[in-house]
Amino acid sequence: MTPSSPVPAKALIVLGCPEVPSQQALALFIAWNLRLQGTSVHAAGNPAVLNLLKVSDPEKRYLPEMQVLEKCIEEIVEKKRDADLCIVFAHNDAGISYAATMRHLLPASRLVVIIFGKEPEALAALVDFPCETIVEKAVHNPMQLKRKINGVFGWAA
Amino acid sequence: MGCIENLAYEKILPLGASFKECREYVEKNFQEFWYVDPGYKLFDEYIIGLPPIALGIDDARVIFPYTKPCHGTYLLAVEDADEAARVRKTARKKK
Repeated sequence: MTPSSPVPAKALIVLGCPEVPSQQALALFIAWNLRLQGTSVHAAGNPAVLNLLKVSDPEKRYLPEMQVLEKCIEEIVEKKRDADLCIVFAHNDAGISYAATMRHLLPASRLVVIIFGKEPEALAALVDFPCETIVEKAVHNPMQLKRKINGVFGWAA
Repeated sequence: MGCIENLAYEKILPLGASFKECREYVEKNFQEFWYVDPGYKLFDEYIIGLPPIALGIDDARVIFPYTKPCHGTYLLAVEDADEAARVRKTARKKK
């Protein structure tokens, strides 16, 4: 978090399609940092991305709680789940749709949209709802995006 | 939570359409259209997207966007008179 931001009790990480590999590495990195500061972390995505993360984190040290995106949205709509911080990964139009949905369903949450992939600037232009954005061209190499994420959340490099 | 693949749907716009294209297509090509917000339940699915989300009605057919994380949004039509009637009752006319 930035120095003035309180540590969120609950964070939700919304993952996109896993075809851009930097996403999975950064999701684990973000989850690790959030858990270090005492935030409970939940992740949602499609079965493919969840399986990739389960293989990388067999003891669930980084992401103990994961569920498919549709079920997560259902629980939020039905007020069974919420989050103080929502981080959405978006590397295509669908990712922006999910971010807009989270903005609407979690109006009081801090929403950070990580826009990446081959043409992030064009995608970022589609964002016309209140949120913070982190925009960086990143496909295989997560390092520059990681630096920007560290800066936004106030984490040490 | 249902499964969209269990519905007998017709694809109006193919996978890869943007949510904006879907909204504009519904507004231009259907005389009757309604607006809802993300999280609106239709055919036992929660609709996602950038609000307002446009739904078209053509007799008993309901035309709606559906988003898959890997492919983007596509526009589907499903014939269901009861669901069309429910949209007319619960959706809004104004953006």
